[in-house]
Amino acid sequence: MQPFTTLTGLVAPLDRANVDTDQIIPKQFLKTIKRTGLREGLFYDWRKQKDGSQDPAFFLNQPRFHGATILLTRDNFGCGSSREHAPWALLDQGFRCVIASSFADIFYNNCFQNGMLPIVLKPDKVLSMMNDVFAMPGYQLTVDLGSQTVTTPDGTRSRFEIDPFRKDCLYRGLDSIGLTLQHEAAIAAYETQRKAEAPWLFTDLCHNQGRA
Amino acid sequence: MAAQTLFDKIWESHVVRAEPDGTTLLYIDRQLVHEVTSPQAFEGLKLSGRRPRRPGATLAVPDHNVPTTDRTMGIADPLSAKQIQTLEENCRDFGIMLFGMNDIRQGVVHVIGPEQGFTLPGTTIVCGDSHTSTHGAFGALAFGIGTSEVEHVLATQCLVQKRPKTMEVRVDGMLSNHCSAKDAILAIIGKIGTAGGTGYVIEYTGSAIRALSMEGRMTLCNMSIEGGARAGMVAPDENTIAYLKGRPLAPKGELFEQAVQTWRQLKTDTNARYDMTVTMQAEDIAPQVSWGTSPGMVTGIDQRVPDPQTITDENQRQATTQALEYMGLIPNMPMTDIKIDTVFIGSCTNSRIEDLRLAANLARGKSVATGVRAMVVPGSGLVKQQAEQEGLDHLFKEAGFEWREAGCSMCLAMNADVLQPGERCASTSNRNFEGRQGAGGRTHLVSPAMAVAAAVEGHFVDIRTWK
Repeated sequence: MQPFTTLTGLVAPLDRANVDTDQIIPKQFLKTIKRTGLREGLFYDWRKQKDGSQDPAFFLNQPRFHGATILLTRDNFGCGSSREHAPWALLDQGFRCVIASSFADIFYNNCFQNGMLPIVLKPDKVLSMMNDVFAMPGYQLTVDLGSQTVTTPDGTRSRFEIDPFRKDCLYRGLDSIGLTLQHEAAIAAYETQRKAEAPWLFTDLCHNQGRA
Repeated sequence: MAAQTLFDKIWESHVVRAEPDGTTLLYIDRQLVHEVTSPQAFEGLKLSGRRPRRPGATLAVPDHNVPTTDRTMGIADPLSAKQIQTLEENCRDFGIMLFGMNDIRQGVVHVIGPEQGFTLPGTTIVCGDSHTSTHGAFGALAFGIGTSEVEHVLATQCLVQKRPKTMEVRVDGMLSNHCSAKDAILAIIGKIGTAGGTGYVIEYTGSAIRALSMEGRMTLCNMSIEGGARAGMVAPDENTIAYLKGRPLAPKGELFEQAVQTWRQLKTDTNARYDMTVTMQAEDIAPQVSWGTSPGMVTGIDQRVPDPQTITDENQRQATTQALEYMGLIPNMPMTDIKIDTVFIGSCTNSRIEDLRLAANLARGKSVATGVRAMVVPGSGLVKQQAEQEGLDHLFKEAGFEWREAGCSMCLAMNADVLQPGERCASTSNRNFEGRQGAGGRTHLVSPAMAVAAAVEGHFVDIRTWK
């Protein structure tokens, strides 16, 4: 996984609350068996007008936001379906950080699995940044994971909270499965004990079970 | 020992190790897998040369992409076909039990888990699907995960988790006639909001919840995620035990008796504390219909479409205006004036035998209104078979409903069952997001009973007074 340390980048605004993962990437793009190439599906329905042409008002279609690496949005971003295709599509578009006033749990979690940083800031802070993004072409933010800060162009710093374990994994780009496998002895010990307490949970299925 | 909630008991019996900061390695008893969120997980295992730790703790089924018409000839859509073929290959390569597309046991992943007795009380269950919360109906800690975590569980049988907070949602009293678990959960989401449960696991308690059948409890827990909670649960009781006895993958004989002893202990202690409690009175819950583009945008059938001008909060006003525009609704119109052209009875929320029995009996001797297309999609091949043995398919077909093969179907329209732009659907599914059932499609979430009545009348009606 790509480590995340600091990022200075152009900010793109999605001024809506409750953006669900069906909007981030509609179902027709979930038929892939790959993690890459999902940019085409990102906000697919919102990018288009009724006649099928690209909607010039939608932020992703505006040249001033091309190359943005930070997405700024409102409450409860990423609600709904657990599809990891949502962070994959954002990543494929070039976003490495999403700033919102709150996130849905599963989406928030999925970001960390992909070297993306979701940042929660207070609603008034998000609102003022949102206003500035619209008012100031080329508006950039600097995100520093080490000091847990977001810095605006005028030098104002806002601190954000992040779970220490997640921070460490993201900062160092650690393979989380590899980390868990270091605890193999603890897992095996748990299984032995659990099997004694609840043996009915250890009658495992077979690939061909019950086949005619 | 301090008094514990049901959640506390399950959580603590699954801790493999805990760091001082609370980061916990949690053991996962069971995983369900479907074709959409698993290919990249299996690919990850292959690329890293890893094998599943316990392939026998995982059960796989294709459901999202499968056609609901005759599929013995395969799937026309090459992408869908490829995804299902990939699942079959992965299960073969890694030794995972699969119910293939033409297996009678195939169905929606959250219908077949309980149906087979794979879902058991006191377990931790995950799936790359947010509606995994359904399995909490059995007193399990069940939640949706992303594809990277699917791979993590396959490789390690564990997940790294932070302990969530607990919320009690207590519903006392008796639901009124024709009001169901679906109406209860929609009313709950209307009350707490779509993010009200974020960071929490919900336990549903109270006399109205106790009175629900297992099917009703599954409907209830299924939509916990629509209130932002990754998991919802109901403590197991004699109904739970009776439902599980004799299921193909449930424990048998002495092992079953031993399990039952443990399951009877799985309840919240009298003095245990939740981090938050929400209460409702069942009698106050009217049949619900969603009017907007988020499940929290819902109201009683006897109410009117909200008027943005009366909403003081600016964000809420803006969201309501956007939703009404998308839905093509006029502020203040009575909910009963909303005309529909499509009806979908199915999904992991409402496609079990009890749902179909109730819907078929309401459809008996009635006809689907002119210009309305209505379809019934059973939750599994076995539900379909059972319904046909009871003659429910005839009742539906005689009333003008289409009777289809099992799958997720129009709940998310990944197969050929798709709404056209502007079409308006009364749906027993769980999400009314923009475009969920097809780009430009408009979804109103309702119970199976309300869906049947809407199909017959061509608009929403109050099922309590419907003749």
